[in-house]
Amino acid sequence: MQRIYSTFAAAMLALLPGMAQAQAFGDQIDSIFAASTGWFVNLIFADVFGVPWIVSWLVIAAVVFTVYFGFIQFRAFRHSIELVRGDYSDPNDAGEVSHFQALATALSGTVGLGNIAGVAVAVSIGGAGATFWMILAGLLGMATKFTECTLGVKYRNEYADGTVSGGPMYYIKKGFAERGLPLGGFMAVMFSIFCVLGALGGGNMFQANQAASQVQAVVGVPAWVTGLALSVIVFIVIVGGIKSIARVTEKVVPFMGIGYVLVALLIILMNANMILWAFGEIFRGAFTDSGIVGGIVGAIIQGFRRAAFSNEAGIGSAAIAHSAVRTKEPVTEGFVSLLEPFIDTVVICTMTSLVIIITQQLLIDAESGRYILNEAGRIATASGATGGVPITSAAFGSVFGWAPYALALAVVLFAFSTMITWSYYGLKAWTYMFGEGKNKELVFKLIFCVFVFIGAVSSLGAVLDFSDAALFAMGVVNIIALYFLMPIVKREMNNYLTRLRSGEIKKYN
Amino acid sequence: MSDKFVVGYDGSVSARRALEFAVERAKAQGGCIVLAHVLEWSPYSFLTPKELEERHKRRREEMTRAEEQINSSVAEELKSAGVPVEVVIRYGSIADLLGKIAAEVGAVQIFVGREGQSALEARIFGSVAGALVQTSPVPCTIVP
Repeated sequence: MQRIYSTFAAAMLALLPGMAQAQAFGDQIDSIFAASTGWFVNLIFADVFGVPWIVSWLVIAAVVFTVYFGFIQFRAFRHSIELVRGDYSDPNDAGEVSHFQALATALSGTVGLGNIAGVAVAVSIGGAGATFWMILAGLLGMATKFTECTLGVKYRNEYADGTVSGGPMYYIKKGFAERGLPLGGFMAVMFSIFCVLGALGGGNMFQANQAASQVQAVVGVPAWVTGLALSVIVFIVIVGGIKSIARVTEKVVPFMGIGYVLVALLIILMNANMILWAFGEIFRGAFTDSGIVGGIVGAIIQGFRRAAFSNEAGIGSAAIAHSAVRTKEPVTEGFVSLLEPFIDTVVICTMTSLVIIITQQLLIDAESGRYILNEAGRIATASGATGGVPITSAAFGSVFGWAPYALALAVVLFAFSTMITWSYYGLKAWTYMFGEGKNKELVFKLIFCVFVFIGAVSSLGAVLDFSDAALFAMGVVNIIALYFLMPIVKREMNNYLTRLRSGEIKKYN
Repeated sequence: MSDKFVVGYDGSVSARRALEFAVERAKAQGGCIVLAHVLEWSPYSFLTPKELEERHKRRREEMTRAEEQINSSVAEELKSAGVPVEVVIRYGSIADLLGKIAAEVGAVQIFVGREGQSALEARIFGSVAGALVQTSPVPCTIVP
């Protein structure tokens, strides 16, 4: 262990002495990426009929699953809450992973910058109307999550020592084999490759980058300091195995999330007379041309895009966290997981959006009632802020002066918890490909820590584009697999629901 | 059938005193001791993904360790002293579970020490003894 620490320290020290060097190194990587991976990024984010096809891909999948499972997200919503509450948990299983714990951990991976920054970007391009489409896509995404997490539990590996490993790579391989379909092994490896890349990018560098720039903007701490600090803390947690830090964040983050929603609610209630107007704006923007670039279609694209990117339904990542739950019925974890897009998108993202709308950050021309656009084609904001976090920060700050500081802290903590969760997702994909073992795992963890730092200090546009593309490539592989495996989920679901209705499955208390 | 006495046992000094007190009663009345060891656990706590993965393994280890400790320390000792003894190990909230265990085994009384291992926690969140008195289905003896 001592040697690992010193190796890591040496690596970080080598990066430190001239930030210019690190940045130059980062820029060099960036240009290499731009040249060699541009085609891949363009392919994933290419427009088909004016919409990025990956967005359509995720939303169509969500519609298919919603219809195929008979609107399960609405039918089973109450039962899902009862499951999380533990009404159906065997008291003899106390001490095992509960439904609540699996849900909370998976949520800590999805609730993050997307909910704060992403939403601001979406409404500043798509207007208030984007919120409507975002909520709709969030509701549909619940069915996708249900499908993938049921499979995650059903096809997980349970080892003799009592540990479990699950996720898309396992259900793709085993599920395809069970149904006699070819290419399962190949797709599982493809998924794993994209998952490792996505973990290093969207689950790591992007988070570090946004957290560091927000801290710099609000408190004035240079990005490299935040980057170094984050990198060291992540190292201590995932390599050093110091659980206390992780445990503290895992405890603080949910409260941050709840606090965020409460403050947002407070702002909304303080402007109670504006609530009807705000919803009017949302509906008006959703179905009429409110003056944004692209009109209604522009609003739809932004809303769908935000929902799909925020709750990760269809990406397959959550199935990895959910598969650890202790249950005899895989489908129960599917029910629990469908609450995830609901909490992430329908509740938290909507709060951000309502606060931005209700504090009138988006400038509207008084005469025509249309949005005033700036030269970049985005809606001009009252504060003059552009970009994600600054707009949200200005919206909260317009009511509470202290809010931007609290928000900066929230951004750092959300970013940190997302990194910890994604380091695990990446690690699982890594060990799926290379096998389990201390040294093999260590290699990935060290790479992960170094990338935290690189992500924080450099702009890395192309690298981030590539890792975003990798994240969504996970969704391509995963959803193809889900289409083939959904009959299995349906069988499980019908079987369970029949027994639930007949009273064979009972509440324990 | 002999009377059963549930003793909340966590290895602390005060639990030991409660046990000795209960043993005297059991001997006098020809009763049996149920050693109840509760591992504090909440299904609503937050765990990292790594902890989720290892939870089942850890639980097994914790159970084995607890069993070994209780068997090797007190259970054997009581048996050799001629007092019939049962060991129950559970996860959950201590006060809540002691009451449940008592109801399940049909105990006539519960014995606990006044202070568990963590006096500070008890001060902040209320003591086990205090909570038990409120909820216990059978008479309770709190041994100072």
